[in-house]
Amino acid sequence: MVGGGEGGGRVGLLENANPLIYERSGERPVTAGEEDEQVPDSIDAREIFDLIRSINDPEHPLTLEELNVVEQVRIQVSDPESTVAVAFTPTIPHCSMATLIGLSIKVKLLRSLPQRFKMDVHITPGTHASEHAVNKQLADKERVAAALENTHLLEVVNQCLSARS
Amino acid sequence: MYSPCYKWIAIQCSVSSLTSCDHGKKVMDGEKDPRNLLVAFRIVHDLISKDYSLGPFVEELFEVTSCYFPIDFTPPPNDPYGIQRDDLILSLRAVLASTPRFAEFLLPLLIEKVDSEILSAKLDSLQTLNACCSVYGQKELKDFLPSLWASIRREVFQTASERVEAEGLAALHSLTACLSCSVLRADAEDLLDSFLSNILQDCRHHLCEPDMKLVWPSAKLLQAAAGASARACEHITSTVLPLLLEQFHKHSQSNQRRTILEMILGFLKLQQKWSYEDKDERPLTRFKDQLCSLVFMALTDPSTQLQLVGIRTLTVLGSQPDLLSSGDLELAVGHLYRLSFLEEDSESCRVAALEASGTLTTLYPGAFSSHLLPKLAKELHKGKSDVAREDGLMKCSRHFCCLQALSAISTHPSIVRETLPLLLQRLCQANKGNVVTESSEVIAICQSLQQVAEKCQQDPESYWYFHETAIPCLFGLAVQASMPEKESSVLRKVLLEDEVLAALASVIGTATTHLSPELAAQSVTCIVPLFLDGNTSFLPENSFPSRFQPFQDGSSAQRRLVALLTAFVCSLPRNVEIPQLNQLMRELLEQSCCHSCPFASTAAAKCFAGLLNKQPPGQQLDEFLQLAVDTVETGLASGSSRNQAFVLLLWVTKALVLRYHPLSACLTTRLMGLLSDPELGPAAADGFSLLMSDCTDVLTRAGHADVRIMFRQRFFTDNVPALVQGFHAAPQDVKPNYLKGLSHVLNRLPKPVLLPELPTLLSLLLEALSCHDSVVQLSTLSCLQPLLLESPQIMSLHIDTLVTKFLTLSSSHSMAVRIAALQCMHALTRLPAPVLLPYKSQVIRALAKPLDDKKRLVRKEAVSARGEWFLLGSPGS
Repeated sequence: MVGGGEGGGRVGLLENANPLIYERSGERPVTAGEEDEQVPDSIDAREIFDLIRSINDPEHPLTLEELNVVEQVRIQVSDPESTVAVAFTPTIPHCSMATLIGLSIKVKLLRSLPQRFKMDVHITPGTHASEHAVNKQLADKERVAAALENTHLLEVVNQCLSARS
Repeated sequence: MYSPCYKWIAIQCSVSSLTSCDHGKKVMDGEKDPRNLLVAFRIVHDLISKDYSLGPFVEELFEVTSCYFPIDFTPPPNDPYGIQRDDLILSLRAVLASTPRFAEFLLPLLIEKVDSEILSAKLDSLQTLNACCSVYGQKELKDFLPSLWASIRREVFQTASERVEAEGLAALHSLTACLSCSVLRADAEDLLDSFLSNILQDCRHHLCEPDMKLVWPSAKLLQAAAGASARACEHITSTVLPLLLEQFHKHSQSNQRRTILEMILGFLKLQQKWSYEDKDERPLTRFKDQLCSLVFMALTDPSTQLQLVGIRTLTVLGSQPDLLSSGDLELAVGHLYRLSFLEEDSESCRVAALEASGTLTTLYPGAFSSHLLPKLAKELHKGKSDVAREDGLMKCSRHFCCLQALSAISTHPSIVRETLPLLLQRLCQANKGNVVTESSEVIAICQSLQQVAEKCQQDPESYWYFHETAIPCLFGLAVQASMPEKESSVLRKVLLEDEVLAALASVIGTATTHLSPELAAQSVTCIVPLFLDGNTSFLPENSFPSRFQPFQDGSSAQRRLVALLTAFVCSLPRNVEIPQLNQLMRELLEQSCCHSCPFASTAAAKCFAGLLNKQPPGQQLDEFLQLAVDTVETGLASGSSRNQAFVLLLWVTKALVLRYHPLSACLTTRLMGLLSDPELGPAAADGFSLLMSDCTDVLTRAGHADVRIMFRQRFFTDNVPALVQGFHAAPQDVKPNYLKGLSHVLNRLPKPVLLPELPTLLSLLLEALSCHDSVVQLSTLSCLQPLLLESPQIMSLHIDTLVTKFLTLSSSHSMAVRIAALQCMHALTRLPAPVLLPYKSQVIRALAKPLDDKKRLVRKEAVSARGEWFLLGSPGS
């Protein structure tokens, strides 16, 4: 068949059919320090941003970076204290996908960061109607684990985390 | 094959008759077989292109063909006829876009399909529209222009696909081009103006919106139209430029100004496509002053990004003939001078400024010669007098910037005649001994000289000027420095350091490779006698305290200068005859075995090899070879000069391998024999790297060496079986030497050549993973990685070994090995899932460790490998 599936029938169902699209930042340039065997590179905000910027949005063929859901300035990280905090901004205040996006970010970080890290994923304050409920769900380890037991949910999360072909 | 019915039509159509066309059309209706469709499309295309009078059948013919548009076809698996979707699309497009008579039916159809939701239909329609524009005129397009524009505009403004955007812009470009070149009847209205006004009306307000949301799509549309013809360009630029100039001043933030300047730059670049005969006709003339002041404002802005765009804009403005006045140029040169000395943190700006200076110098040598060169010359001399005042680092970096600026502007012959003497003079001062000179400074001057030489290569006259001026001067300085000293001046010996000599050699090489054979022959008659007979008459200063005899009993200082001779003779064109060749070769051989100075003996071996490679076959070559083999064998047998003999063997082998000389097999075997030599084994293993890699100084294609293109493949086929056999036969302690040699050979081979051979080497590669040498590990991993992607089935058999070894290597002490091992872990996920799943939890646990690697590049690979392993066998992947 002709590749018509990309726009097609789905358009009507999208909550935000014409989102603003932001430019993707390029690959992080490799510095001389990074190529030096001896110099340790600490985990910084850009590195965390690179982990999550290419996560696919659950409903658009776009990445979280292109939709400005995640931004480097909204990431706080401290390598020595092993903490990372990521705030994400849903495209619209009533976005029903907010929990799913948060879950995808959380899972990506769980799979990609050393175990010593304590991670906090939350909605940028004041950008979503049910901000507190979503934040609470994302902070609750049991609920995150339970969510990933759900095959359907895991499937969607995995799709968000798969490399775009 | 094709159904007989179509063959018949094809024949009948070629004999021509209107009735057959009608008939053919009826047969074609409702055809589904792609083979028949291809024939049918070709027949219709023939019908149209051979200009049959289609008369009343135009619409019917259009309908039977257009019902297939847009093509929706997926070739069945194992299709023996291999007809692709694109074949059908292109042949249908050829029919639809073949005649203006279809326009009234086709254009509404295209508009309808562009407006549809299906991506491929949009693309196909825009491409077909593009194709139509080459046969249509204003008459055909007239009624549809508003709708076409509306559709294209919407696609560009709201697209989610870059391809649709690109096709939309291309279609707009063709439409405008078509409207621009149509011949008009005297009373007809020119549609181009109204079409462009329409575009401007829809786009211009976006350029002025304060939030700048749709500026880029608008600018792209306007530029696509403006790029179509000189008229369109003039029309659009004259409206848009004043608007953008105004916007630039309205916005105060650097990043907004940068966006606006980038758009202006886009419009300025379009101007270069058209040449205007009359100076006053050029649309840019009246904006010149505003543009210049805006560019200069950008160049002084604190934002590097804005400065960069400013530099690019300045280059484009400068390339417009007769636009800039001499006053503008003086200002521009002043800015470029300032930018050429920027601090390290704005390196990109400095590089861009140097590049711009180079481009503009070719156009305005006078301005640069009078406004920039004096300043640079002053800056260059300042380095000498102000040593004590400024702190060392600062002075150094300004000095290096100055040297780079001098070489950057050496793009015009008249400038080279000023910069080259300046640089050479600076080098002479460095040798005079009254200034503290670091070797890094001499090297920096040499690098500048080399860049000047590279820039001269295009122009034979400047190139010869460079050669004639620089070569005697450089040899003179070196000979001077090599003379025995009365007073102990350490400073003058800077010129004899390894790195400095290498830098000098590279200038000499670059200044020689592009000589014509006649001029080269002239030069060689001076330089070879200098070394063989100590004839210094051609050097600028030739009164030396003692004789120059590098090959006789000369001091080791003099012998080191053979490196310069090597650079010169090995860069000569092949047909230049070298005087006293026989004597030269013998002297070189003798020196190559002299063990007091490895630098000099290696230089001699390289020189010998370089000359050998270019020597035509014949008795003389055979004599030289025999001499070389004897020297090598004597040397290897003796105790003291084994290393030198080995280096000679290596270079001679390389010279012969490159030109496919039959003796190369013999010498390679000798080299392989040395792999199990307790003393030379490791060096022999590394020697394979030299054999397979491209040298930068001698035996290069640029230096006219005889380098066959497939020499690596040939070396691989000829020698790898022996290496493998040698490996199996070798005692345990020298096995790594064989593996390392093999690794070097495999590593340098192009991957497509290597892949089909790898399965036979697989067992060896797996064994090599356990080798402790990190060179071997790295090369083995880089061989295995593509193999994992290409032949997962074979690799599946070794899954257990692979997983264990890769995981072990992912904690190697070498960063490169860790990265390669993790890339292999990633590539492993291409193997069939049932093979991998038993290892999944073990791998995921093990890969948690490299996530915390101290190097970011390693962590990055660990993240992507671990992510893929998580997805294995998991839903949604």
